[in-house]
Amino acid sequence: MNNTYDIIVVGGGHAGCEAACAAANLGAKTLLISMSMDSVAQMSCNPAIGGVAKGQIVREIDALGGYTGIVADRSMIQFRMLNCSKGPAMWSPRSQNDRMLFSATWLSVIENTKNLDFISDNVIELIIKDGSVRGVKTEIGKSIYSKAVILACGTFLNGKIFIGEVSFAGGRIGEKNSKGISEQLLSLGFEVSRLKTGTPVRIDGRSINYSLLTEQPGDEHPGKFSYTDTPTLRQQKSCYMAYTSEEVHDILRKGFDKSPMFQGRIKGIGPRYCPSIEDKLNRFAGKNRHQLFVEPEGWNTVEVYLNGFSSSLPEEIQYEAIHKIVGFENAKFIKPGYAIEYDYFSPIQIQRTLESKLLSNLYIAGQLNGTTGYEEAAAQGIIAGINAYQKIYDKEAFTLSRSEAYIGVLIDDLITKGVDEPYRMFTSRAEHRILLRQDNADERLTGKSYSIGLAKENRYIRLMKKLENTQKTINFLESQPIKANDINGFLGEIETGLLTETTKLSRLVNRPNIAIRDLAKYSTALETFINNDCLKAENIQIVDEEALEEAEIIIKYQGYISKETTLASKLATFDDIPLKKDLDYFSMTNLSYEAREKLNKIKPTSVGQASRISGVSPADIAALMILLGI
Amino acid sequence: MISYCNNDTICAISTPPGCGAIAVIRLSGSEARDIALKSFIPKANKTLSHSTCVYGSFLDNNGEMVDETVTAYFQAPHSYTGEDLVEISCHGSVYIQKTILEILVSNGARLALPGEFTFRAYRNGKLDLAQSEAVADLISSENKQAHDVAVRHLKGTYSSFIKELRDKLLHLLSLLELELDFSEEDVAFADRTELINLLETIEKEVTALAKSFELGNALKTGIPVAIIGKPNVGKSTLLNALLKEDRAIVSDIPGTTRDVIEDVININGYPFRFIDTAGLHATQDVIESIGIEKTIERINKADIVLHVVDLTQTDIKSLQSEIDEFTGHITDDTKKWIIVGNKEDKIDSVPEWGSITANGLPIDTVIISAKQKLNINQINETLYQYVESKGVTGVPTVTGVRHYEALIRALESIASAKKAFADNVPADLLAIDIRQTAFNLGSIVGDISTEDVLSSIFSKFCIGK
Repeated sequence: MNNTYDIIVVGGGHAGCEAACAAANLGAKTLLISMSMDSVAQMSCNPAIGGVAKGQIVREIDALGGYTGIVADRSMIQFRMLNCSKGPAMWSPRSQNDRMLFSATWLSVIENTKNLDFISDNVIELIIKDGSVRGVKTEIGKSIYSKAVILACGTFLNGKIFIGEVSFAGGRIGEKNSKGISEQLLSLGFEVSRLKTGTPVRIDGRSINYSLLTEQPGDEHPGKFSYTDTPTLRQQKSCYMAYTSEEVHDILRKGFDKSPMFQGRIKGIGPRYCPSIEDKLNRFAGKNRHQLFVEPEGWNTVEVYLNGFSSSLPEEIQYEAIHKIVGFENAKFIKPGYAIEYDYFSPIQIQRTLESKLLSNLYIAGQLNGTTGYEEAAAQGIIAGINAYQKIYDKEAFTLSRSEAYIGVLIDDLITKGVDEPYRMFTSRAEHRILLRQDNADERLTGKSYSIGLAKENRYIRLMKKLENTQKTINFLESQPIKANDINGFLGEIETGLLTETTKLSRLVNRPNIAIRDLAKYSTALETFINNDCLKAENIQIVDEEALEEAEIIIKYQGYISKETTLASKLATFDDIPLKKDLDYFSMTNLSYEAREKLNKIKPTSVGQASRISGVSPADIAALMILLGI
Repeated sequence: MISYCNNDTICAISTPPGCGAIAVIRLSGSEARDIALKSFIPKANKTLSHSTCVYGSFLDNNGEMVDETVTAYFQAPHSYTGEDLVEISCHGSVYIQKTILEILVSNGARLALPGEFTFRAYRNGKLDLAQSEAVADLISSENKQAHDVAVRHLKGTYSSFIKELRDKLLHLLSLLELELDFSEEDVAFADRTELINLLETIEKEVTALAKSFELGNALKTGIPVAIIGKPNVGKSTLLNALLKEDRAIVSDIPGTTRDVIEDVININGYPFRFIDTAGLHATQDVIESIGIEKTIERINKADIVLHVVDLTQTDIKSLQSEIDEFTGHITDDTKKWIIVGNKEDKIDSVPEWGSITANGLPIDTVIISAKQKLNINQINETLYQYVESKGVTGVPTVTGVRHYEALIRALESIASAKKAFADNVPADLLAIDIRQTAFNLGSIVGDISTEDVLSSIFSKFCIGK
């Protein structure tokens, strides 16, 4: 049997699947090893993709030629564009998905990818020669060789599950964990630590009284993630909102003395932004109720996910408490909530390409780097897959900057700041979020990916057509006048200033509450323009819609966009000043001790990166630049 | 090229160049004490220990005495530079200074680069960036008030004030970011009134700080005073009388334009600078035939106007029309207008000018005789009172141009944020202006990182589904 590959990907989760497909699509002979190929790309936590900042990441992955967006589009049961009332940087696509369909769709993507083999097995050791990884050994005793290995084993490395006073080894509930790799890397000098995360109870939806809950339906006109021609939803399933109460809290508190968190049995640090219900009660004692979301797990399953009720309290306490929630009086459990503690490798040990600094040709992606979330994992997967290919084929490293993509922010944060709690993306992590919008991910990334051969030509042609149509639309709006009399009726209706003279349409689009589509009702020229064939792209369905949206955003927010572009390029100058890898920071006694220590550990590649390390002050940077004669 | 990046022991003459009564030579670095003790022999077997001054002889390499000196030693890290530091006070002759310096260099020290002592203090964490700039101000401050400002700055009062503003901004930002990143969650959002109030508080404080620059700058270069009046009223005589009062500390400093020399006097520690006095130095007022335009120009540059009139040729009516002519073009209503009635010795009774006005400016009248030097002190007193009334003390003052510019840019972004509030633009766009404000203030004392904002959010609000 074949036992030699270009690239081996260990782990079939969101990171592993993206990594394997990216490498294979670029042309690398790739092998994906998952403990069970029957359950690739599982949604171990909530059955949803996207959301604030995460939705933007999915659009970026898609723009690069990844599959998370496509798979999400094909398996969604509800779509909402969040934050529509805010500026365009905040518009965030989010979908509820059919968990089983999501996994099955991913599997069929893998099956249809050229150059990609896959097996079910458990990797227990890396084959290492001369400081470089050369392959893997598996549990059933196989040695498989490769030029590079991508590790993406999520929470499975020494995973340990906690439910009240019960704890057992496992990577997910009902699945075994993986041992060996952590120990091997630890012996090679890798820094391995523990993190924890939790997941809430799954309930039989037939036992919930929905009439007592508040319905949260999907958008009237559902959108989607992918820039390609994936379908949009015709029918959707709703989510529901419920609330805890003081009574519920009192019951939960009874179990605190049996909580693995409060007793210190869990050493790993959990995410502050996604606390367990017991953590919320503890930290915000004054709040007398907490919001919960009931999320359906699919089209045909009765299982529902109780978002907001993550817990590792004893099952009987969870059970008793849930029965006091209005609407849940007769709730039946399918799986209790649990906490899971797992190994991660401090990400300051990897480079911007996600290659290990300690062991060459080893790439690490996903939750192993201390992140949380399917989207964050998938993003790292595609970057690791691309770079593993680029390296073994002697091509240039593929990296993204902070002003180019959330993925750039994600990786820069990881390798620069490290993590001390599971890392999730927020829009506030990005300095220039107005530039990193969900509508322009293709403009930011597709060209770049196309140039290395990942994004296919049809994506590129489509992007060119969109850009052309956007410009056409802007030009039209800037030159087409409208008479005051034709539009003042509408302007009066929406209580905005009336026109006194004939004005160019773009001046109206510039106003906060006017959309291009609104104006089309009052300007036949605009209506003709929109419906005219000149805007219709051949064989491409939705480009004209995207062009209209894009033109509108550019006209409306040009002031802010150009302000941020200027600031971004000013800051980027520091990222363009390289720092050598072999600088001896400890000899620079003029830097603060903390700065020397951190710089030495992280070895930043640019002054810009150095300046973002916590503990390195502006004074240290000034001194560093003086010392190096910059 | 020698760079700042090394641990050499450095030395330099720390007093101004030239011959004075005494001079101080500084040594800094791990070998400072050893290098000094190769040539400095303490009297009476005293030892050179931390934070003491020892009297002794400074010998050359042949054992000949160069000078008797007082030498002080400060052990690291308890010194200005944070390193071992030796200060040798010697007699001020240029020869002695030069010889001691040469001996120190032959003992193993290196001549310091410009600003290197301050640089070391900065790199050893003794000073922050704003404080290092204050050192430069301190060294060049020529009067008590500028000195006080620089000292206040150096002590970090100003830095901590900016840090307070920074914390307020951080709070403002976290309120906005909470609303953005956690919009789907059950969190109570800040009401807009609270946000705008916070923004206005910050604006007020930044404005006050920026304004203090103008005062701080005046203290560094002298408060500008214009002497104006018709020909032959005695402007030149008055100027000479004012200068004579204070001859010992009169100095000539170059003005803002190349050809102009301006005179500075020092009253109770405050410097006053007379604008464009070249014309007034002419032996006869007749030669100075400046027109109204030139006079207006002087008035506009000044904080204080000394309007000189000839008592023998002025009645209340002509005086009022003269003032009106001068003040008609002024927009700034904070100038002080002082009418100086000259030639008191040539009139019989002092006129009553209480009803005179200067277009709304604060006004004062002083009756003098420049020639007889009568009541000149009263002018000094009036000038001094004016500055005191501005309340110089207690306000953190910005003296660096860089800081001033950063504050002005911060004010611009605050104004833009206020406009955004008024236009009811979405929070993410508003946050752009607030972030820019933070960025501009941050360039003075250190940036607010995205991590700071998130920590602020997590510590205050319950979030997480």
